[in-house]
Amino acid sequence: MTIMEPRKHGSSADGAVGGRLSRFEGRLKITGEAVYALEYPAERLAHAVLIQSTIAAGLVTSVAIDDALAAPGVLMVLTPEDDLGLTVSADWQGNRPEEKPYYPLPRQVEFNGQSIVAVIAESREQAEEAARLVRITYAPQEGVASLEDPKAGEGKRLDQLSVAWGDAEAALARSPVRIEATYRTPREYHCAMEPHGLTAAWEGDQLTIWEPSQWAHGMARMYAEWFSLPVENVRIVSPFIGGGFGSKGQPLAYGAVAVAAARKLGRPVRLAVTRPQNFTSYGGRAATRQTIALGATEDGILQAIVHRGASETSVYADVPEQTGAATPILYKVENFSSESRVVPVNTVSPGALRGPGKNPSAFGIECAMEELAHALGMDPLELRLKNYADRDYQSGKPWSTRMLREALTQGAEAFGWARRSAAPRSMRRGNKLIGWGIGCGTFPVIRAPSEAMIRILANGRVQVVSGSIDMGQGTYTILAQTASEALGVPVEEVDVILGDSSLPGAAIAGGSMLAGSITGAVHKAAQAARDELIGLALSEAGSPFRDTGANTLAIAGGRISAREDGPSLTLPQLMAALGRDEIEVRRNTLTDDVQSAEDQKKAWTTMSRVQGPTMGDYSMHSWCAHFAEVEVDEDFGTVRVSRMVSAFDCGRLYNPKLVESQWRGGIIMGIGQALLEEGVIDPRNGRTMNANLGDYLVPTNADIPDLQVISVGVPDLNASALGGKGVGEVGIVGVAPAIANAVFHATGKRVRDLPITLEKLI
Amino acid sequence: MLDFSYTRARSAEEARAAAGEPAARLLAGGTTLLDLAKCGVERPDTVIDISHLDGLSDILVDGTGASIGALAKMSAVADRADIRHAFPAVSQSLSLAASQQLRNMATIGGNLLQRTRCPYFRDPATFPDCNKRNPGSGCAALGGVTRNQAILGTSDHCIATYHGDLAVALVAFDATVRTDRREVPIDAFFLTPDDRPEQETVLDKGEMITGLTIPATVAARQSTYLKVRDRQSYEFAAASAAIGLDLEADGVTIRDLRVALGGVATKPWRARTVEAALIGKPVRPEIIAEASRLAVEGAVSHGGNHYKIELAPRVVARAILTVAAHLNPDLNPALGETA
Ligand SMILES: Cc1cc2nc3c(=O)[nH]c(=O)nc-3n(C[C@H](O)[C@H](O)[C@H](O)COP(=O)(O)OP(=O)(O)OC[C@H]3O[C@@H](n4cnc5c(N)ncnc54)[C@H](O)[C@@H]3O)c2cc1C
Ligand code: SF4
Repeated sequence: MTIMEPRKHGSSADGAVGGRLSRFEGRLKITGEAVYALEYPAERLAHAVLIQSTIAAGLVTSVAIDDALAAPGVLMVLTPEDDLGLTVSADWQGNRPEEKPYYPLPRQVEFNGQSIVAVIAESREQAEEAARLVRITYAPQEGVASLEDPKAGEGKRLDQLSVAWGDAEAALARSPVRIEATYRTPREYHCAMEPHGLTAAWEGDQLTIWEPSQWAHGMARMYAEWFSLPVENVRIVSPFIGGGFGSKGQPLAYGAVAVAAARKLGRPVRLAVTRPQNFTSYGGRAATRQTIALGATEDGILQAIVHRGASETSVYADVPEQTGAATPILYKVENFSSESRVVPVNTVSPGALRGPGKNPSAFGIECAMEELAHALGMDPLELRLKNYADRDYQSGKPWSTRMLREALTQGAEAFGWARRSAAPRSMRRGNKLIGWGIGCGTFPVIRAPSEAMIRILANGRVQVVSGSIDMGQGTYTILAQTASEALGVPVEEVDVILGDSSLPGAAIAGGSMLAGSITGAVHKAAQAARDELIGLALSEAGSPFRDTGANTLAIAGGRISAREDGPSLTLPQLMAALGRDEIEVRRNTLTDDVQSAEDQKKAWTTMSRVQGPTMGDYSMHSWCAHFAEVEVDEDFGTVRVSRMVSAFDCGRLYNPKLVESQWRGGIIMGIGQALLEEGVIDPRNGRTMNANLGDYLVPTNADIPDLQVISVGVPDLNASALGGKGVGEVGIVGVAPAIANAVFHATGKRVRDLPITLEKLI
Repeated sequence: MLDFSYTRARSAEEARAAAGEPAARLLAGGTTLLDLAKCGVERPDTVIDISHLDGLSDILVDGTGASIGALAKMSAVADRADIRHAFPAVSQSLSLAASQQLRNMATIGGNLLQRTRCPYFRDPATFPDCNKRNPGSGCAALGGVTRNQAILGTSDHCIATYHGDLAVALVAFDATVRTDRREVPIDAFFLTPDDRPEQETVLDKGEMITGLTIPATVAARQSTYLKVRDRQSYEFAAASAAIGLDLEADGVTIRDLRVALGGVATKPWRARTVEAALIGKPVRPEIIAEASRLAVEGAVSHGGNHYKIELAPRVVARAILTVAAHLNPDLNPALGETA
């Protein structure tokens, strides 16, 4: 079998690509053998704790540290007074506009919960106790607590996010059926199981950082820039990550503090960000607000979409949460207009959280479509199929693959959608109202180059070596499968070494781009290694295949032979015959014109070679359709999701078992987003009032029903070397609107601001 | 973390003596104490571990009632077949509380003394103003986030909810708290904040809870605890009700009724007016719904918690109807169903 031959979904249990292998590193995690960043042993380790601001905005006028310095075990206190000697780093693209100093402990407070002071002591407990003795005095300034704060205003328009074709306003005005509504999503947080933090150690001018990372090479580069080091001098070690969801792709202020403290002290420093501090040490998903107007003919043909979105950002950076990201590509529409604004408020700069942009965007358009269906008296499934986009109307390009129709029809079939009674409030079970809703989702195929190394060892084992990371999504496993298949060795004979910036470069594990990128590089390197091995076997003096007259050899099941029924050697036997200790092959997927050392370095440490979904002949995306059933207790306003069916087009699945688990993980986060999750902000001082996992509610097992997932994808060789499209983020996109639509169907009440908590329904 | 001394008490007497010191704290399951120490709310200089003391974790149930030792674990009490049989609401209030891990650690005595989850109380570094933590300093919750603050029993000094579930069931069934020096009816054990929110119970410094007594009644045996919340598990109540009900031989007329509310008041809240209004009345949804509104008489909204005024009576009504339908299946089968 060649690797390009797609397998029947989920039918394969062997080690090749498409097999349903369990996670390679699962046992290490379950048994506690996997070592995480805050567990690395280091000699003479010192411990740092952060003190964060308690006001939304203002100047730090003084920091009294004498009592803290006198406390037992205290080694150092860092405050805004200390120049840590850092320089601002370049952005994701590698652009570094001007060299200016960087103060990770700033004097100007920009949000409540900003790190201001660090205390370093012999033990974590001593540092915490001393931190209580530090007195910070502020000159407070007026702050803006949130997007809904009356002082927040309308913010700034972002031209680059404004999209229009046709004449949307005129077409809307002409449309016989129109709806318009405003949708809101609150501040949401990653809540990865593993909190942030790091262990940092200097040896001369060599820096090693053990830190959970979604992108070891990129983070090494940014640390190097902060500390004015060559990137080669910084090593990020991150073999295991307890979840990232977008929060662990770049170094953050606390990282700079810990590394600077280690340099000043001449000792390794460990800094664990506490759970409450995790809510403000980096940004979650920004709160959003969007108004959508749809116009349609009486028989439900969309005439116009007008979208006006806004998201909060910090006062020091414009980071948009693109509420217009999914709006232009889900449906066929000839007249479209979308504008986006960012509204600065006193918050940490928002970050990327699973399905950034697409997620709140889908909440808007997918609720709006069901509101239109209701206005038309049309089945929402029918409305979606009627307006199916035959191409990408934004870029004008054809889809590479788009099996959204199949997702809708097969999902509907599995869900039993045809049995839906159309009228709201018409379905009941006991004293609960039942509702059914649909939400479609999409996530772009983002492509990036990667590099990989394959080693064939004398004992016949194969090593896959890559600096890419595995945060639970399955990199270890699928790379073993890829190498196993390309080389013809059993998957048990493959070892995978990951998570270290000193290893070959890789795309970020973000934007759902890693799997497609790194399998391509490993596949290429493994094929080259196989060719090299066969070449040696045919030509080297000691090889028994040398004089067989064969012009190629077969490797299967770890044995090499000239013909299927001919004599064969095991890999160790062949390596011995060749007199080789190892065969090592390194390959990358960069184009030939950018193979210089400098080009390569830039490719692995910046986003400069990353390609968006329409940067070729096609428009490429993953797609999904979620079908949700909710039970609503009308007296109490409580909503429970009782059933979900979700159908996905993510192209070819490298390991269906792991893909399904990623889809389900996304759906579970979507259920949390729909019903539970919300950063609660004090309106007076911008403090996050539920910065802990007892009060910021994520779903428990009891909140999650059976989640049926279906794959309707076909291999898409434009999207990636092996035919897969991204699977990690699309799963969350469309869940919240499916649930909100189901709640409307159950109760007749349209809740347009998430989460749908009980007081909104009673 | 704070330097403190840890003592493993050899006897209840020793624990009591040590606990009389101003900054000493008894340690039972530690799930409240450690949590609050991490927040910087509790700063004990001595922690006296009583978790292993003999004779304080027995659970005895007989025809007269239940006697539960202060150190019995929440999960142990919840899972006892005789408690489930004679006091279903008590068992349910425990198994619907916190998480399995917490229930396995936490004790009955500690559970009664859990502190409020008022987010301002729990964040002393940012909000120095909290009359409960720091008497006379003010109340940061007023004008702040109030979704889970109380609507009943509040004062100008404090609006913090008592979030415990067990105490709600205990208040409904007239349990008694036993301490090393006295026995106190549970309703009198808890205090409303008035102008002294720092004083939450009648316990004196160093006084130790030794156990609980719950009298056996028909109403306690025919009872339920209904807890309503957004998350299916591991969340405090938006509103809850402990209900005990006895019907006359006609299967329709209410002979005895006990009603207590949780998640809405500054202490576990007995709603005697609802009981009085319904005893002698027939079980009919509209009558129950109307009388249940008395449960929130005098309620004060602070904006974010306004919904509780609407929600709490509905929880009471549903819980009454649920028990009624259970006692007499001939009553309208659609009367109720436990959420
Ligand atoms: C995340 C979270 C969620 C929770 N959810 C719920 C919920 O849904 N419902 C609910 O009811 N509870 C809930 N709880 C509270 C939990 O039930 C209590 O923390 C627990 O019952 C306390 O018991 P403990 O034995 O651990 O107390 P400890 O922490 O040991 O003690 C608590 C206090 O009581 C004192 N004390 C302990 N024993 C005695 C005694 N015998 N005599 C005198 N003083 C004593 C201690 O000194 C301390 O001040 C939750 C707690 C957490 C952390
Ligand atoms: S409500 Fe009570 S506990 Fe909360 S801040 Fe006010 S005084 Fe403190």
